Amino acid sequence: MTTQNEELVALSDYKYGFKDQVNYAFRSRKGLSAEVVRELSQMKGEPQWMLDFRLKALDIFNKKPMPTWGGEINLDFDEITYYTRPSDKTESNWEDVPADIKNTFDKLGIPEAERKFLAGVGAQYESEMVYHSVQKHLEELGVIFLSSDDGLRQHPDLFREHFGKVIPATDNKFAACNSAVWSGGSFVYVPKGVKVEMPLQAYFRLNAEGTGQFERTLIIVDEGAQVHYVEGCTAPSYSRDSFHSGVIEIIVKKNARCRYTTIQNWSTNVYNLVTQRAVVNEGATMEWVDANLGSKLTMKYPSCYLVGEGAHGEILSMAFAGPGQHQDTGGKVVHGAPNTSSKITSKSISRGGGRASYRGLLKVYKGAHGVKSNVVCDALLLDEKSRSDTYPYIEIDEDDVNIGHEASVSKIGEEQLFYLMSRGLTEEAAASMVVSGFIEPLVKELPMEYAVELNRLIQLQMEGSIG
Amino acid sequence: MTAVLEIRNLHVSVEDNPILKGVNLTVKQGEIHALMGPNGTGKSTLAYTLMGHPNYAVTAGQVIFKGEDILELEPDERSRLGLFLAFQYPVAIPGVSVANFLRTAINARRRAVNPADKGITIPEFRKLLKSKMEFLQVPPDFAGRYLNDGFSGGEKKRAEILQLATLEPQIAILDETDSGLDIDALRIVASGVNKLAGPEMGALVITHYQRILNYIKPHFVHVMLGGKIVESGEADLALHLEEHGYDWVREKHLEQMEK
Repeated sequence: MTTQNEELVALSDYKYGFKDQVNYAFRSRKGLSAEVVRELSQMKGEPQWMLDFRLKALDIFNKKPMPTWGGEINLDFDEITYYTRPSDKTESNWEDVPADIKNTFDKLGIPEAERKFLAGVGAQYESEMVYHSVQKHLEELGVIFLSSDDGLRQHPDLFREHFGKVIPATDNKFAACNSAVWSGGSFVYVPKGVKVEMPLQAYFRLNAEGTGQFERTLIIVDEGAQVHYVEGCTAPSYSRDSFHSGVIEIIVKKNARCRYTTIQNWSTNVYNLVTQRAVVNEGATMEWVDANLGSKLTMKYPSCYLVGEGAHGEILSMAFAGPGQHQDTGGKVVHGAPNTSSKITSKSISRGGGRASYRGLLKVYKGAHGVKSNVVCDALLLDEKSRSDTYPYIEIDEDDVNIGHEASVSKIGEEQLFYLMSRGLTEEAAASMVVSGFIEPLVKELPMEYAVELNRLIQLQMEGSIG
Repeated sequence: MTAVLEIRNLHVSVEDNPILKGVNLTVKQGEIHALMGPNGTGKSTLAYTLMGHPNYAVTAGQVIFKGEDILELEPDERSRLGLFLAFQYPVAIPGVSVANFLRTAINARRRAVNPADKGITIPEFRKLLKSKMEFLQVPPDFAGRYLNDGFSGGEKKRAEILQLATLEPQIAILDETDSGLDIDALRIVASGVNKLAGPEMGALVITHYQRILNYIKPHFVHVMLGGKIVESGEADLALHLEEHGYDWVREKHLEQMEK
């Protein structure tokens, strides 16, 4: 009891730091091996092609070197549990979710959020989606919102046609890792012309110590359709590191529109190494809204491959690096077709010795004439100990383009603090206010509930920031 | 009880350069004092020091407000005690709307009194802000704009007066509120101050020119020179300065200045 209380005190500024006792249906042995992969695939009852895909990916993972750039990864791959099955199936009725897991999500406010403003909800606990449901009328319109495992089972052809096509296992070491042991994540299909007005949300929870979560999300937005997918992530704090490495593949077909919003709030012992990419076809729009507050190290660069004429890509990235955290985030846009346009806006905040890096790539292929792109990176440093870096890579092989790039680094101003304090705000409240103003351009893009949540998380991050 | 701000023998240095060299001044709730003087005599230093700016080091003296020496208090504590400074150069806070800022300021004050306070409700706040804005004839779109961000000189000063009206201090210091304003903007800002001045509020109006005093009628006028208040009088002192400039003050107090 004493230990638990001590831990609670230590975690007092991280609201989601609680851990729950759960009776797992299955937990694989530690480390990544062909045996673990086979066992996992067999338990899921997967077709042969998927097992082959996984084993090939494992081979790629073993051969690929660790990236030499980005953050420092002190992760012992042999100490991670790659597959943890909390229960035996994905429920579509909240009442059927096992009580101990339901309890966690109740604490996180998930069912309540679903009732209020979501078109569909998925909840992943460790390796598996334990709950997935979508509003009846959307189902009737042909909208598919399932766990990826159920997607593979129930829509094998559609799944196979697109799976691994946007992000092949060879893309990078962590995509290979995910490809070998992926489990859970969402499978979304929005049929032609269907506009899903309210967001679909997936909620990811890592509960056990030293666990890996490798969700795999595949979103297909058919011609003229529209969808907004939101994900949130939390985990308890442990002394041993956990590992999250998701792969998100999105296909936005002609004149369709997709927005993918992440509010990442992992505890600060999680390595968050994620690959997210969208292929954007003619006249279509892809928007990534990416807010990273938690984790020990995040390396994540949501990407848009603009392959059809007139395609548009937007990346709004926000990172908050507190003590001991490194957020290496940004975005990547590849212009592969004429008259495509893009916009990258990055806002980073570092405090208490935290490090935030913007890393971005803007590429324009020869022949992609009439391209317009604008990149803006703003960094805010809250103290002298903290660090901000910018790594903007720009590769342009076409002359007829219009590219803008701006970067700024500012320190929180003594004059701003004094001004706000002279109106009765404490120094902490004043600093918080400057920070919320700084990220306002991103927050106003979020649905109301998320905007409120993000502002609250920022307040929490700012607590105790003034020494 | 009438709130009193009493400055006793105040000495202030900036980066080890003495700027204020023994200022004595008492401002009571309900009184309007004008503090005049040439540029570089320490008027703004006094304003910043009273509000607690960290760059201004008090080397001697006291500032007593409502019976308490406030020199050890943080700026926010001084503010919550009932002191207000209208800045000569208001600071921009991008991304924070005027309304959001004012609501946060009101709540910060309420919570200082009662930590369990839930804060002003949104409808209650809207009503309050609307009434203050109408009272000061501030255009309605003001509330949604980012505080001082891209504001014209006149708009910034109006935003200061709107804050003054909303926070209802007992003593307000107006630091060169007239600087950089054209005559119309000056008239609007001054009429705002006049509407607020009264038995509930005392004001220290710091100005270089007599101009603003055509609109705001002071009860007392003080002249600062070389870091000290060298002349004090009633409203006619300002008119005298307007007519004769500061040279006679300089001559009269030359000896003192050189000390």
